[in-house]
Parts: sequence; structure tokens; C-alpha cells
Amino acid sequence: MKTTVSMTINGAKQSHEVEPRLLLVHYIRELAGLTGTHVGCDTSQCGACTIHLNGQAVKSCTLLAVQCDGAQIKTIEGMATDGNLHPIQNAFWEKHGLQCGFCTPGMIMSAAQLLERNPKPTEQEIRHGLDGNLCRCTGYHNIVKAIQYAAETMAAR
Amino acid sequence: MATAKLIGASIKRREDPRFLTGKGNYTDDLKLAGMTYAIFVRSPHANAKIVAIDTAKARQQPGVVAIFTGKDMVGVNSLPCGWLLPELKIPPHMPLASDAARCVGDPVAIVIGESLEAARDAAELVAVDWQVLPSVTNTEKAAGPGAVQIHEVAPNNVAFNWEIGDAAATDAAFKSAPIVTKKRIVNQRLVANAIEPRACVARYEAATGEWTLWVTSQNPHVHRLLMCAFVLGIPEHKVRVIAPDVGGGFGSKIFLYNEETVCTWATREIKRPIRWTAERTESFQTDAHGRDHITDAEMALSKEGKILGFRVTTTANLGAYLSTFAPAVPTYLYGTLLNGVYEMGAIHCKVSGVFTNTTPVDAYRGAGRPEACYAIERMIDVAAAACKMDPIELRRKNFIPKFDNGYQTKVALTYDSGDYGPPLDKVLAMLDYKKFRAEQAAGRTQGKLIGVGFSTYIEACSIAPSKVVGSLGAQAGLWESGKVQVQPTGGVTVFTGSHSHGQGHETTMAQIVADHLGIPMDTIDIVHGDTGRVPFGMGTYGSRSASVGGTAILMSINKIKEKGKKIAAHLLEASPNDMDFADGKFFVKGSPEKNVPFGQVALTAYVPHNYPEGLEPGLEETSFYDPSNFCFPFGAHACVVEVDPDTGHVTILRYIAVDDVGNVINPMIVDGMVHGGIAQGVAQALWEGAVYDDASGQLVTGSFMDYALPRAEMLTSYETDRTETPTPVNPLGVKGAGETGTIASTPAVVNAVVDALAGMGVDHIEAMPLTSERVWKIIQAAKAKK
Repeated sequence: MKTTVSMTINGAKQSHEVEPRLLLVHYIRELAGLTGTHVGCDTSQCGACTIHLNGQAVKSCTLLAVQCDGAQIKTIEGMATDGNLHPIQNAFWEKHGLQCGFCTPGMIMSAAQLLERNPKPTEQEIRHGLDGNLCRCTGYHNIVKAIQYAAETMAAR
Repeated sequence: MATAKLIGASIKRREDPRFLTGKGNYTDDLKLAGMTYAIFVRSPHANAKIVAIDTAKARQQPGVVAIFTGKDMVGVNSLPCGWLLPELKIPPHMPLASDAARCVGDPVAIVIGESLEAARDAAELVAVDWQVLPSVTNTEKAAGPGAVQIHEVAPNNVAFNWEIGDAAATDAAFKSAPIVTKKRIVNQRLVANAIEPRACVARYEAATGEWTLWVTSQNPHVHRLLMCAFVLGIPEHKVRVIAPDVGGGFGSKIFLYNEETVCTWATREIKRPIRWTAERTESFQTDAHGRDHITDAEMALSKEGKILGFRVTTTANLGAYLSTFAPAVPTYLYGTLLNGVYEMGAIHCKVSGVFTNTTPVDAYRGAGRPEACYAIERMIDVAAAACKMDPIELRRKNFIPKFDNGYQTKVALTYDSGDYGPPLDKVLAMLDYKKFRAEQAAGRTQGKLIGVGFSTYIEACSIAPSKVVGSLGAQAGLWESGKVQVQPTGGVTVFTGSHSHGQGHETTMAQIVADHLGIPMDTIDIVHGDTGRVPFGMGTYGSRSASVGGTAILMSINKIKEKGKKIAAHLLEASPNDMDFADGKFFVKGSPEKNVPFGQVALTAYVPHNYPEGLEPGLEETSFYDPSNFCFPFGAHACVVEVDPDTGHVTILRYIAVDDVGNVINPMIVDGMVHGGIAQGVAQALWEGAVYDDASGQLVTGSFMDYALPRAEMLTSYETDRTETPTPVNPLGVKGAGETGTIASTPAVVNAVVDALAGMGVDHIEAMPLTSERVWKIIQAAKAKK
């Protein structure tokens, strides 16, 4: 039995018939066609699927699409504006905060929430704030540096 | 040669914008018309006979396209083993098991659906009649009495017995040595866990008889060769293998696996494309695992602390089948590294490889070299304690003196160039070693347990001279290809057989080309990971891309320059022998004003109206580089830890790494790889470990909830520096940087914890990871002894 869900993703209205068991992440990837949001595990541990749901960073693998009817969603594809990278995206680039790039979208979405709540985080606060996101390439060193740099550039704006 | 401007500079990565904006192109992102979706039915048992597989009910499910079992795959052969050892026992490893399953996760059927959900629902209904047998997963018990026999061809589950070094000389050294130390060292099983799970999309086009396979591969040509020639028996030139953006590999994506093989076979049966993506639990169960050694290590020393002999006896767990390069890892990538950076009187190493009912074990970042480094560096600290010497003093006393071109070890290898003292000196200066020891002593009086551990490591990378590895059992050559295609308008497309899955080749290789051709980086494109576009290449593993792949590109650049000189000489009415090239211009030696820019030469090559007689038009060169030796990066790492005496919890206070990877193309990228490598090695020391339940053979650590992949808060920032000793092996002078961190860090951390507990009489900890529970027990045992 399928049911219709509608949501706004990165400002664009989406409406699709879905099975009730469809996860939000698969809705975003397969039906909305936004493949920047990744799936790295099946136990909500890795955070590669992190998106913003009504302004909150959440793991889109822990929600059913039908739970998000009417929601406002922002994915990694919605972070840059008018072709300009978001300061966090730019900071990850400047500080080499990514290698294979697979965890990166989730990291950036988590970092955005982290800096929104705490615009001047300490290194320890950043590390704690990334608890829900796994990276296997960087050893987190440059991800932490990138978020520190993003905090500085965002404060200077 | 043009003045180097970009080599050595921390250029921001050119590949990053697509990853930062969600526009990466990973295998699971691919959508094709008519796509179907695959789910594999897998064994829930560690060892079981397949009595029957009933798919009738599953086939009636809505949305099922097809279901195949091993019996349907007529004429399909075993997955091959690409590295042979003398008397190696090679059991068959069919893409879908049809007689028996030999580890949890062994695939027995593929269910293909119109949607992933349809396939999943139907897979639930495939009924396998299992006859469950006893299993053995434990490395030590595999060849022991009473263990279940896993393969008919391998009595006592022994795949091979191998040795290297001089047994007689080693025995003699131990007989006369005044100091002998012996320890058991368990190097536990790890799972690579690239964050992108393995995936593939296979498509067959009946009209042309051609396949395309997108697959998470570190070496698409190797994947194609093994799959076509050995397993499926289809012509290689009819198959295009594309490894698009790949989300990390760490070795686990080198190998040919069951799933892409079955999907490539099945797409021809159903004439529709098939996508399969592993769930993380499948990754844990089926990605080749790493390490899993049990070793007895013995070191003989003189009273002055000189190493007289090193004897190592290792049992290596190979898992249920031989993965693609499995036999090489605990032998030629392990035993040959046991000389370390030290002068040793004699070395002997025996390795026994055993089958168990576990996931196959193969190369994981470092592959054999971390196990060797761990055994050496742990035993060096044990020896220092036995000699009542500072571990730094013992290391320095035994360092091989500086050499520029060749040091013959006692275990077959000839090191390229080395100067082992300076990295350690730098580390000690960064640490302020004297001050640390004073603080440590002061802390101990207050019950504070802090410790420092060192690791002065070496590794062999830039894999590898084909003749050498061929004589050692490799069934492949290990050269690399590099094609440089100059467009008529002066842009350059470079095709490399190396594959980037995080290494940043689109940047570093462009740095090499831009410098050597004296043209802007933005006129250069790097193409990799596509057998349809790139000349046959061997791929990326063993820290070989810059050194072997980069040199192949450089060779093609040099050919381009030679041809360009002829064209420019003709235009300038000069002799080609009088021509030189610098800063993007061909010029007459001594008269730089008489020059032709690179772009004009390119255009002339394609519009050859005014052109040298007999010279072929076009400007495109291909080279294949086979190195003359491995390269040997080295360095010194130090880790400072604090152990909580009440809970056994280990906190890393500082981590210092000074590496020598030869010349550096992009320091930012090298630092990044060192950071990531350290994290993986630290994680082995403290947290990670794949655990099987002895009784049931189940993989207990089958998810990120059970397997402790490190998170940001568990780690610290790393302090890094370098020394640069160029290798004489290749013209770039680069050694390799992908694995040093992983190889070096594990012993540094364990040595630090042992040092922290040394005051309690602890001189060794047998097994990793050093979880709070394990360390707490050691503290309790040490207290009980006192």
C-alpha cells in the first residue's frame, strides 16, 4: 500500500507515492534524485546521511519518509548559494577536511548545526559535536581544523 | 627541466568542489533505465552443508525479476588467488556457494527485483536447508587437534608453511646470547570499514555483446582481468570496468569479490542492469578483513644491547577462502620487513597460514608491514627493559647507519636510502623527552600513570618490481601505466592506471605534469578508474600511486618533450640536439629568445604543414613504468598516554609523527594521509577488533554498534613533521605516504601504555585492543603480584 508524501527539499516542492517503510534517506536519494546524501551504515551510527529537517540536523536513515510529510529539508546540495560555497564547505576545502568525500556531506551538515548552536566552539566541543559522524580517512584532525576555520570566517562576516 | 613550482606546494585539491557540494559520483548514485536491484541470500552459519535451496515461494513474490543459485552458474569458475606460494593449498571459492557455506555471510543465492524492497522481501522467502556443522574461527585452534576440516585440499586447515631468513645462524645467535627475551604477540583481526560500502552496477547490452561494470574498485583493470579471464570466461575487451568516485578503500576494494562477479554474470541472463550495494553488516561479513596473527617473538641481545638474533613464529588466519592476494600478506609483506631499521645479527621467521570459518583475510592498510613493525617495535621495548636501557638508547645503538643507495637486509630486501636518526631526534625535540621523563617520575609519586611509547619504523611500498614479485609468487606484474595526451589547443589529458579513492591524484598528478611541462594546472585533466579510457593499469594499493604511477606519467612527459623538441627545432630551423625545454617553452640552448611555446608545438603536431620529415603527427605518449626496487619510507612516532589507575581507561595526551616519505609532492595531502593512517593504527591499539564467537562461529562485531571505529572525541590532534630523504629508485624521489601512519602508530601507542604501567612491573601486554577492561585487569594482576 503506497501513500503520498510531500516535502520541500532545498526550496523545491517534492511529492511522491511511497511505501510506508521507505526511509527518508532513500526518498532523498532515489525519488528526489539528490545523491549527495550518503548511506554508510544500517544502524544510524555513521552520520553520512545527515540532513537538516525543519532546521535540525538529523540522520535521514532514522526517519521514514512518511514521517516527514510537509517538512522543510535541506541537504548538502542546498548549502551553496548562487554558486558560492557555504563558509563551512569552503573551510573543508581550505583545510583539507576531506579525502574520499563520502562522509563529507554529513560532516558539513552536522558542522552547520554545531556552529549554529555554538559559534565559537573549542576543539573539544567540536570533537564532541561530531560524535554522530564517522570518518575513516582524515583521522578527524583536518575536519576539526576546518570547523575552527569556518567558525572564524563566519564570525568575521 | 622546468623549475619546480608546484611540486612541494600545498595546492588545494581540485576534486574537492564536487565532494563538498554533494556532486560526487559514487557507484550507488548511478541510475540506469530498466535498473534492477540485487539482494544476496547469505549463510547465517559459520560452517554448514547446503542440503537444498528452495526458491519457489520467493519467485512468486511480486516484483521479482530473477533468482539464481550456484547451480545456475554453469561453466563459471572459482574466484582466483593471485599470489601463489610453494605447496599452497587452494580450495575452490565459487561466486555462489552450492555445496557448503564456510563462513557467516557466504553468499548462496542472488535475488533480483524491480525494487530493492521487492528483492529483500523475496530473499526472506528463499528457503535453504542447512546441515549445520561444527566450526573453527580461532587462529590458534584452526590447525589444532579436533578442529573441523574446512577444505578437503587442506589437511589440518593449513594453507601453507613458509619461512625466510637463516634458521641455523639465528639458533646459534640465541645459544650464545647473554640476554634473550620472548613474548607472545596477538595482532588482532580488523575490518577496513571504508565509509562507502562496496557496490556495483552491472549492465549487459545484448545488441553489442558488451558489458559495463561500475564497481567500488581500487584497480578496475585487475578486477576486469580476474573476473573475465579466470571466473566468467568472457572476453576482456568486451567488458568495461569503471571505478568512479570511490569512498575509501584501505585495501578492502582491491580484491575481486563474489558480488560483482555474480551481478556481471546475471545481467546477461536477465538483459537488464543490476545494482547491488552492501549494507554495513554485509561489509563487516564480506569485505576482506585484515591482520589476525598470533606470534611468538624472541630477541637475543648482547649485554651492550646489540641485537644478535630475532626469531619470529607466526600463525596467520586466512579465513574461509584465499582472497585475491591473501598469501602475500603474512609472508612477503611481513617476513621481509622484520629487519626493521636495525642491524640484526640473524633473523629467522616461520609463518603458517590457516583456514578458519571466518571472512577471508587480505590486505588492509599496511598489509603485513604493520604486523612486522608491531612485532619489532614491541620487542625492542621489551629488550630495552631486559637490558635495563632507555628504549631510545637501545634504538640508537642498533640503527642501521645512514646510507644513500642500498642496504641489504637479512630477509631478502635491499632498502633504497635511509637516515634513521634524524626523525627520532626531531620527535624527541618536539616531545622534550628529558622534561617528559621528569614529569612522568613526579607524576608516579602521586599515583599518576603517564607513559610515552616510540616506534621507529620502516615499510616497503611503491609496490613493486614485477620480476621480483613474480619470483615470489605474484601472478601479476606490478608496473603502472601513464598516458599523456596533448590536445591540439594545448590542453593536456593524463590517463593514469592509478586510482584515487581519497588520495587526491587529480591534484598531485596535475602538479607533476604542470611543473614538468611548465603549463597551468587548469589546462590539465587527470583521468583514472575506467578501463574504457585508461591504458591497462595496476591500480592503487601499497602506497604506489605517486612513485610508480607518477613516474609512468613523467616518462610520457619526457617523451612528449623529446618529440616537441624535434617539432620546435624544425620551426626554428635548428638542430633537435640543440633544443632545450623550460617554463613551457622549447628554445635553442643558450638563446632563450629563439623559442616556441608548448601550445604552438601542440598545434603544429596536429596541423603538420611545416613539419619534420618522417615524424609522426600527433602529440600523445604512453609509458609503462616497472620500478627497479620497492621504496622504503621510515620515521619515528611518539605517543604520550595517561592511564586511569581506577578504570584502566587510556587517554592519548599527545601524538607526534616525523615521517620520511622521500620527496613530497603536496605536503597538505601527505599530512592528511598521515593523520588518517595514525587514526587507524591508534584504533587498532586501543579500540578495534573483529570478534568471533568461538562456539557458534558468529561474527559478534558485525555493526558500528559493536565494532569500535574511532570517533572524533576518542582521538587527538596530531603533531607532524618530516625529514626528506629522496629515493634513488624513481626520478621523482618520492617513496610513498599512504600507509606509514598505520604501520608506525600501533606499537607507539601500546609501548606508551606499557611504559605508563612499567612502574607496576608490566613489560608487555599480549593482546590488543587495550580497552579499559583489558588494562584494568592488567593493573589488578600487577597489584596482586606485589
